[in-house]
Amino acid sequence: MDASTSLETHGEHHHEAGHEHEHHELGFWRKYIFSTDHKVIGIQYGLCGLVFLFLGFSLMMMMRWQLAYPGTALPIIGKWLPYIFGANSMPDGKMTPEFYNSLGAMHGTIMIFLGVVPLAFAAFGNFVVPLQIGAPDMTFPKVNAASFWAFAVGGVIMLVSFFVPGGAAKGGWTSYTPLSDISDKGPGFHLVMNGQSLWLIGFIFLITSSLLGAVNFITTIIQLRAKGLTWMRLPFFVWAQFVTAFLLLLAFPPLEAAIIMQLMDRTAATSFFLPAGMIVNGAPLHISGGGSPLLWQHLFWFLGHPEVYVLILPAFGIVGEILANNSRKPLWGYKSLVFSVLVIGFLSFIVWAHHMWLTGMGSTVSAFFQTTTLLISIPSVIILSAFFISLWGGSIRFNVPMLWVTAFLPMFGIGGLTGIPLAFNSADLYLHDTYYVIAHFHYIVAPGTIFGLFAGVYYWFPKATGRQMSEFWGKVHFWPSLICMNVIFLPMFLQGMLGMHRRWYDGGQGWTLSGEHIWGLTGFQWNTPISWAAWIMGLAQIPFIINFFWSIKHGKKVNDNPWEATTLEWTAPSPPPHGNFVTTPVAYRGPYEYSLPGREKDFTMQNEPVDPAERSRRMAEPALVH
Amino acid sequence: MNNPPDIAQDPAEHEEYAHGVQQHVSRYLMVGGLLLFFTLLTVALSYVDFGGFFSWLFHMHISPDGGRKLNITVAIIVAAFKASLVALIFMHLAAEKRLIYRVLIFTGFFVLGLFWLTYLAWYDPISR
Amino acid sequence: MEIPYTISTRPDTGLWNAKVGIWLFLASEVMLFGGLFSAYVFLRLDAQPGEWPHGVLNVPIGTMNTAILIVSSVTVVLAWAALKMRRYRAYWWYMLATILCGIIFLVVKLTFEWPPKFSHYGVFLKPEAREKYEQYLGNHRREEKGLDPRIEITGHLENKEALTDSNIKEYEIAMDPANADPDNPSNDRAHFIPLPATDKIAKIEKEDVERIDSFGPWHSAYFASYFTITGLHGAHVLGGVLVFLYMWLPVSKKVYQRNPEHLANRVEVSGLFWHFVDLIWIFVFPLFYLL
Repeated sequence: MDASTSLETHGEHHHEAGHEHEHHELGFWRKYIFSTDHKVIGIQYGLCGLVFLFLGFSLMMMMRWQLAYPGTALPIIGKWLPYIFGANSMPDGKMTPEFYNSLGAMHGTIMIFLGVVPLAFAAFGNFVVPLQIGAPDMTFPKVNAASFWAFAVGGVIMLVSFFVPGGAAKGGWTSYTPLSDISDKGPGFHLVMNGQSLWLIGFIFLITSSLLGAVNFITTIIQLRAKGLTWMRLPFFVWAQFVTAFLLLLAFPPLEAAIIMQLMDRTAATSFFLPAGMIVNGAPLHISGGGSPLLWQHLFWFLGHPEVYVLILPAFGIVGEILANNSRKPLWGYKSLVFSVLVIGFLSFIVWAHHMWLTGMGSTVSAFFQTTTLLISIPSVIILSAFFISLWGGSIRFNVPMLWVTAFLPMFGIGGLTGIPLAFNSADLYLHDTYYVIAHFHYIVAPGTIFGLFAGVYYWFPKATGRQMSEFWGKVHFWPSLICMNVIFLPMFLQGMLGMHRRWYDGGQGWTLSGEHIWGLTGFQWNTPISWAAWIMGLAQIPFIINFFWSIKHGKKVNDNPWEATTLEWTAPSPPPHGNFVTTPVAYRGPYEYSLPGREKDFTMQNEPVDPAERSRRMAEPALVH
Repeated sequence: MNNPPDIAQDPAEHEEYAHGVQQHVSRYLMVGGLLLFFTLLTVALSYVDFGGFFSWLFHMHISPDGGRKLNITVAIIVAAFKASLVALIFMHLAAEKRLIYRVLIFTGFFVLGLFWLTYLAWYDPISR
Repeated sequence: MEIPYTISTRPDTGLWNAKVGIWLFLASEVMLFGGLFSAYVFLRLDAQPGEWPHGVLNVPIGTMNTAILIVSSVTVVLAWAALKMRRYRAYWWYMLATILCGIIFLVVKLTFEWPPKFSHYGVFLKPEAREKYEQYLGNHRREEKGLDPRIEITGHLENKEALTDSNIKEYEIAMDPANADPDNPSNDRAHFIPLPATDKIAKIEKEDVERIDSFGPWHSAYFASYFTITGLHGAHVLGGVLVFLYMWLPVSKKVYQRNPEHLANRVEVSGLFWHFVDLIWIFVFPLFYLL
């Protein structure tokens, strides 16, 4: 230990190869399971996130059967589902309304908090950010591991909740009170072992995980940037993660407070969210009352709105990296991108009540929130425009990551623009809680964020493994996914405008939709093509799964910088060793120096010093200087 | 209001350094005493009927409800003063690095936003 | 592999890692308690006249606990200063004092503060029955003086079996002074040293009762927020005590011997957390005990 002691006392840390030997003794468990290495933790998060994404999607594929063919038994798997979820949930393979509600609530919860956030924020953030800023690891490796394990415990609790009496949470992913306060409360109610209480407890773990992660990310980005890597030389992805971490840090705690209060309501008979005079099952509820259901909504959406930016900002970051790399041009308007992200982060805290137009807010407050909601669309449009302009005049390479990214741009555009009517409370009165809303936010999160995430997986896979995923099977994955996404979500706008409510168990069969048709189909009949597209999209993920695991061992071996990119992570070996870099990196230039004039190759990495000739050229052309 | 400097690497300067810290110690003790005093003060003030006092002072009528609000205001002011003593002296916010101020300013802004905007939405005339 | 700036400061920020980390964490704690206090504020603003209990907590004990936390804040900052002066022995004593203060705080909370609440009952009367029990409520006088009405008779429940036995038609309550002598102006405000329940018994017919609850979290929005906020605060105190215990044990002396500044930094960040917990209590105390 003496060697390390002297290093510690000095506080100056040079990366020494001789220091590595300590870590070679780590066994399998310490190295791959209970690791504190940011790359291993990132990959753990990534794998879990992908599994949960598929799980959440599977729940939805089951629901799509009920929506397209209400009241009929699920084919093939219907026989087995009663054994998994219990005969009360799936009698004879037919879905009960309660189970349908569980699936809906858990689809949302799993997709957002166990799928996208761990993947977009924790996995990519953990793996890529320290590499991109030239750091040996996160500032607090043990906290990082604790964050992952808190997430794992939270995930397990969420899964267990499917198998307790009464099934998983049924109150929607928003868990609105008073419904969620009293759900499952009946004969045989167990204080903890019921869907909603487990949902709340699981959430406390997930929030803890996110908070620990956020503290770690922000500290890492502030403290561990490599020499010369000034703020305006940071890759856009790091900026996006930085703002995302702040959103998680400051928006999650009020929800944690609300979750603690709802848990108190359910287990300690408090009335934080229960007004007096509640009648449940025909009998007055023995409560003190004096609580407010709207309090929950305010605290929930105080997180809920920043949360949608938590979902999209990391995807913006990934898209920015891949776009610059494959159009072989600097990202257009780097500074405006950075400031847009900062403004989004700031504004996202003061728009939350636009989720609550129907709660009877007065005109003053709704005017305020409509204004801020429309303001926040400006930086989003700036970002999207800058991305489109970055394509202009580039020599674009359409490899698989780039395909996903080019698909991301219009998909996110559709999702964003269709949100504008929802920002006005007059239009929202009609569209609220219809399939229009579903289509709007899924366009942002599904073909938006998740396409960005796939792009990221294909893009950084060579860094994590030293091998590339198959281009051919990547395209087999991409094209059906793109087509199916649009077949799924475009008709939902139509369904929503016909007035179909998002939580209907029979998919609108019982409602004749006043005989209105769109393109010859009623709202209910549109469910069938949508559902088939969803199942085909499920099949389209199989090439990805096979490609992913096959490429780990058998993919094409590539060098350390297969995409000829400029940022610092590509200067490390693939896969990077413990401690990441062979020599401590120093940054001399901005993140996207593609196609610099007067150079042999069309990319100049951040750690390449500026030679005198280049300096004089830059002096003449100040626009080049970052 | 400077914080104790980082300890000198040179052992010869250590005596002087320790003396510097010692001065801070007396300030910490003073602040602790002040906090205890204000704790007793706020308890005492909560038994003062500010409504009655002010209606006597200004010859105006203050309802018991209004009087209670006065007491609440006084107690919050005292608590805020105590809290700022803890934050400024014990937590060294009187002289801290710019980065930390920035983080706290944003946090303060958002927590005020949470209160203020919820308050506005709560009492907007259409709903109530 | 070494993480830079664990002990020394990074030149451009002037900070070492854990200091940035703890302040970010405290920022999130501000938001957490902000959410909880917002519940307190809005539920209190929403409460109907008479619904929000006043003066039901033990002020001397609360004052004592406040003082204990303040003292512990002083001792922890002295412990840190002692480390800065490289006086380990003094550090050890100050840290011990801090830990003891934290433990006393928790013990007081869990023996004198919380448990008695669960055996103290409040009977909420139906609005139409309040006139019938005017002798215990004194609402005529209160209305004249512009005070909020009393809607509840509190005290010691003499016949606990009445809670479950439907054959018993009455609750027998040994009333608190405020209900025993409702027209006495000295009872308009709770006494500094709380008086025990009197031996004057009120018999309240179950038909007139809206609900009967002990002073647990289920009693009212006030007690709900009291137990939630002080409970979460207590959990923070416990967490702080455990961290300090680790830094006080011989394990940490090894850290000190390797690099005293490392232990000083650790004490500084955990001290920041501790001061924050103290700071929260500075608001909890008047909000729940005095107002």
